[in-house]
Amino acid sequence: MTSSMLFNVTTFTYLISMIIFFAFLASKNKSLGLAGSFVAYAGLAVQTVAIALRWKESYDMGVGHAPMSNLYESIVFFTWTIILIFAYIDIRYKYRVVGAFVVPFALLGMAWAQLGMNTGIEPLVPALQSNWLLYHVITCFLGYAAFAVACGISTMYLIKTAVEGTNSSASAGGLMSMFPPLKVLDDLNYRAIMIGFPLLTLGIITGAAWANYAWGTYWSWDPKETWSLIVWFVYAAFLHARITKGWVGKRAAWLSVIGFAATIFCYLGVNLFLSGLHSYGSSKM
Amino acid sequence: MATNERSFINTVWDFFCSLKLTLFLLISLALTSIIGTVLPQGAVPPEYIASISPTKFQIYTKLGFFDMYHSWWFIALLYVFSLNLVSCSIKRLPHVFKFISEPTLVLGEGLRNSFSLKKELSFSGSAEKAKERLAEFLRKEFSTPVITEHNGEFHLFAQKTAWCRLGVYVVHFSILVIFVGAIIGSLYGFKGYVNIVEGTGASAFQGRNGQQIPLGFEVFCEKFNVEFYASGAPKEFRSTLTVLENGKPVPGYSRVKVIVNEPMTYKGITFYQSSYGRASEGGEHYVTVAQRGGGTPEKYTVREGVTVTLKDGTSFRLLEATDEVRQFAPGFSGPAARMEVTRKGAAPQIFIVFKDFPEVNAQRGDALIFGYEGSNAKQYTGLQVANDPGVWVVWLGCTLMVVGIGIAFFMSHKRMWVVVSKGHARLYGNASKNQAAFQMQFEDISEKFQEIKI
Ligand code: HEM
Repeated sequence: MTSSMLFNVTTFTYLISMIIFFAFLASKNKSLGLAGSFVAYAGLAVQTVAIALRWKESYDMGVGHAPMSNLYESIVFFTWTIILIFAYIDIRYKYRVVGAFVVPFALLGMAWAQLGMNTGIEPLVPALQSNWLLYHVITCFLGYAAFAVACGISTMYLIKTAVEGTNSSASAGGLMSMFPPLKVLDDLNYRAIMIGFPLLTLGIITGAAWANYAWGTYWSWDPKETWSLIVWFVYAAFLHARITKGWVGKRAAWLSVIGFAATIFCYLGVNLFLSGLHSYGSSKM
Repeated sequence: MATNERSFINTVWDFFCSLKLTLFLLISLALTSIIGTVLPQGAVPPEYIASISPTKFQIYTKLGFFDMYHSWWFIALLYVFSLNLVSCSIKRLPHVFKFISEPTLVLGEGLRNSFSLKKELSFSGSAEKAKERLAEFLRKEFSTPVITEHNGEFHLFAQKTAWCRLGVYVVHFSILVIFVGAIIGSLYGFKGYVNIVEGTGASAFQGRNGQQIPLGFEVFCEKFNVEFYASGAPKEFRSTLTVLENGKPVPGYSRVKVIVNEPMTYKGITFYQSSYGRASEGGEHYVTVAQRGGGTPEKYTVREGVTVTLKDGTSFRLLEATDEVRQFAPGFSGPAARMEVTRKGAAPQIFIVFKDFPEVNAQRGDALIFGYEGSNAKQYTGLQVANDPGVWVVWLGCTLMVVGIGIAFFMSHKRMWVVVSKGHARLYGNASKNQAAFQMQFEDISEKFQEIKI
């Protein structure tokens, strides 16, 4: 049994979970909702074992390090945290449909990682040889995952207002009756961000601590740092917007979607689009 | 006139206290920060200047876009942000303190109706007795109540963790602490750079503006090494440093290993491994030239970039050399040099010659076989030098922020009232955060409440 086989199983399991959740949406059969959650948890368990195994495999290869060192490993870890946060919200608040809007994020991540990326275990370059890597990556990605869940919930909110807004007859019925009430979605969105915001804050602080330890500067306005701060500003705006009147509901949902878009840009966009400005000389490290 | 002035001051004050301004500032900071991630910051590369029109370049420069995080308008935004934070706290803190120190002991009609958590108990005993019994109940199940008599009713008020309403202000204060730390760092700290050639020392470093700043001691570089993984990726950059005071090694600071992620700190000044390179001065390279037909190769000692002409009119020039070619030519390793060879009357050819792969050198189909034997050039280590007396203030601010966020998000101010009138008592509950969790606690308590016999 190798970790890469288990990762394939994980991807497949998330696919099944998503299909069951969609069937649940279409059929409103309660036991399907339960099944969707359980399959997602099974995927989470398999993925946990796979990550642990990959960690061990890296030691067997003599380049031992936590599996969070390149884009492939980080995406795999990101999907793991998404399902973890989903499980927390699912167990606490028991609104199964949320799965239909969150599990696809995880599936997308796993499919992209498995199909489109170099999956090999690589040794750590000097800049990453630090325990700070672990603290920094874990806190950041748990934060990102909570924002992903909040984005899924906000999407549900926006769909529900859009549909119920157009046929304003008393009960829109149909698919929308499956969605939790708007008030609940708004509240869940806030709760997910209440999980994400402290974690992102910790992620930025551990990043700054690491930068200070390794480079002597806790903040240097490098594009990645700056984008993480932008994300932080957006969610701080979200938190304050709730205190002022008129910024709950639809506008809060949009802020949450924009926040997640900024998060994804911070995570992927900076590397893909802005790296050209940030090329290190060949003799630098 | 006087009232006009007052109202003007009030308007300004209200402006700085408003949460709308906070939203505006947070979103403005987020949006403007993007500029600095898209445009190059600091020393603008000439290729970039060539790629945009001169007017654009002028406008960007005027607006400070090439150093935007230190531009006057970005700093101004941060000042207004701090002002907003301070004014908002000044306006609200007294209310919060009052809220904590003078709680609502008597629950009016309005509040009674606004609470969703309530429970009623009927009893036949006297109100006086019920009050005693219920006070005891609250003390045991929740916390000790304050009893107030009002309009013939007894109001029992109990609360928990009222102080957690201050958590938000700890978060806000922490932001100001971090700013103070950053300002201390920029006023009293320094940052710079020093290159030290192996076997030499440095007693000054280059500051940000290019000036030489004395260290007050000497840092001697014993050796610099690079190690690679089998794949060719770098594994470790290591400087071996010794600190010298008056020319003598300082105990405990002799042959210190400094690698990326493991700096050395002496007298508050920290040295970080940052780059390396080959010292360009004084280095000589050994190049061999052999006839394909055989015979002993001739050895030349050359300097980088200097043209050598051979007897047959062929000239060659060593363009650059490295001790480890892996990163430039995957599959090869060891020292190598890039050569430019011009046969008489022909166009120049450029190729790489290796020290450890003579058979590859020989494969070039030419009458002359060039080889490389390495060089006596030394390497230098590039160290970043930093001292930041404000960093501890920044960490203090970060700690406060984490603690404050923890309090603000995960703790809640819980309040309970029991209003005792003749024949019945009503229990009310309210929490500042996390209503769902408090509801469970309330239901638990209210179940016991209903079973009380008076
Ligand atoms: C100009 C800057 C700011 C002002 C004027 C401001 C003002 C306020 C005010 C008035 C509240 C409501 C307090 C209450 O509920 O009684 C609040 C809440 C809060 N603020 Fe700020 N704030 C600012 C910036 C920030 C920033 C940058 C952060 C980032 C960590 C932050 C974090 C919070 C948090 C976590 C809450 C609690 C929100 C909640 O309970 O949902 N604030 N702020």
